[in-house]
Amino acid sequence: MNIAEAKTINLKDFLTIARNANKELNALLSIADKPGKLGEGELAVPCFIKDNIVTKEYPTTCASKILEHFKSPYEATVITKLKAAGTWIAGKTNLDEFALGASNENSAFGAVKNPIDKSSVPGGSSGGSAAAVAAGITPFSLGSDTGGSIRQPAAFCGIVGLKPTYGRVSRYGLVAMASSLDQIGPITNTVEDCALVLKIIAGKDPKDATSLSASVPDYPNEIKKDIKGMKIGVPKEFFGEGIDPTVEQKVRNAIAKIKELGAEISEVSLPTAPFALATYYIIQPAEVSANLARFDGVKYGMSLGADDTIETIEELYKKTRGQGLGNEVKRRIMLGTYATSAGFREAYYDRARKVAQLIKQDFDRVFKQVDVLITPTAPTVAFKLGEKINDPLAMYKADLLTAPANLVGIPAISIPCGSADGLPVGLQIMGPQLGESMIMRVAHHFEKNYNWRQL
Amino acid sequence: MELSKKEVEHIANLARIELTEAEIAKYGSELSAILDYIDELKKLDITGIEEIGQITGLTNQLAEDKIENCAISQKELLANAPVVENGQIKVKSVLGRET
Repeated sequence: MNIAEAKTINLKDFLTIARNANKELNALLSIADKPGKLGEGELAVPCFIKDNIVTKEYPTTCASKILEHFKSPYEATVITKLKAAGTWIAGKTNLDEFALGASNENSAFGAVKNPIDKSSVPGGSSGGSAAAVAAGITPFSLGSDTGGSIRQPAAFCGIVGLKPTYGRVSRYGLVAMASSLDQIGPITNTVEDCALVLKIIAGKDPKDATSLSASVPDYPNEIKKDIKGMKIGVPKEFFGEGIDPTVEQKVRNAIAKIKELGAEISEVSLPTAPFALATYYIIQPAEVSANLARFDGVKYGMSLGADDTIETIEELYKKTRGQGLGNEVKRRIMLGTYATSAGFREAYYDRARKVAQLIKQDFDRVFKQVDVLITPTAPTVAFKLGEKINDPLAMYKADLLTAPANLVGIPAISIPCGSADGLPVGLQIMGPQLGESMIMRVAHHFEKNYNWRQL
Repeated sequence: MELSKKEVEHIANLARIELTEAEIAKYGSELSAILDYIDELKKLDITGIEEIGQITGLTNQLAEDKIENCAISQKELLANAPVVENGQIKVKSVLGRET
């Protein structure tokens, strides 16, 4: 169901379909009791929102026990903007707890299943948002992307997911995970729909000091411009070792098709990009450990505060967090605490921020040579439920090709470009900061001319 | 690098998370494996490189110094608090008690 089709849908039927489909997929954490009202505007359709974006109508759980009954007293800027464009928020989607994960198996409320193959993961952390779109439950959803959490699930589910430039979309009301990397973005069936949703949610917000004041282009029209003569770089470090050969082959085939559409293809090199994942796994946990310190059993959320056997506040913090936070969340907090602790900060956190500078310099240099970069989105297609859950490092490597864009603040989109054993393969297009129009333009022309299911 | 039990306990204490014995053992080996992977950053020469700053190059974002009333009422704000007494959040003893 794309956005144009959803404009005429009966909302009662919409909810019935959502409830039924969700029994099998577990993609939704809240579903409206009864049909709401669509407004007037370009985006007068129902949608579902990742449950780490605050809404007043539904709880915001972040898929964590520690926020199980939390209901925000305010709403995120993206929600206000969607409503102004006519959208009705029909509920919230499942995710990895606090958006930490690449399989959506870290949810305190159960794993999400991939609608294309229910024995496989939908990817994460925006797994519920991607599964809901892929299953035809909703015309679009919003996700958040800190190291690949929109693009990788979009790739695994065969749909479109965009991480905008850092600051293009306001983060006000997105529960902070790693504040220097987090961005909200659309998950849709088509690139045209993605352009439309981005146009609605993008823009400067006084409530987010990192949001950008650059004017918002008319993305749905911009993406229709021709791609003839556009310069596309293929960074060699994003292929080869660690990448499934079938994935690589499908992406290379797609690049050849894009060449047929008139783009100029050249190989480029980003020598420091292979260090991006290790860099990411210092900077990101460091920020996680600081941001998640607020979940302490005092102000809101799960608490052992009513337990009279607990006497001191320190004991309250430790017991509440020990019981309320899940495995992966504790692991990341510990990693980040270690990397920023006295005696280790220089060797880990400070070093990582210097390496991030080198990575940015590489990207800056390459974007002087080419307009956009094309790579696979993820090293593999969707893996099986349970396959990587006991090997955190293997799970972290799912972010190998997506984390660089977050570190350097650039926009990146994932679109399906073929299938391997019935599972979709994702193709990633990255552009310079504020290059959303260009990356969506390439994606749109590929999508318009080729059916990925036949590639 | 292998993190010792004592080191894991120290990190957990800094992070204010109570761990079970089983968790301490599990996180010890998992974090060690992750730190080994991260150590590959030591291969890069970072001499003279500055730490990365705000990624889109923004500097101070100033706002007019104007007081606006909070749109959210005290009641709404306290609705999520676990223990409330006389319109205030009640916490446990901060300095500890003599026992």
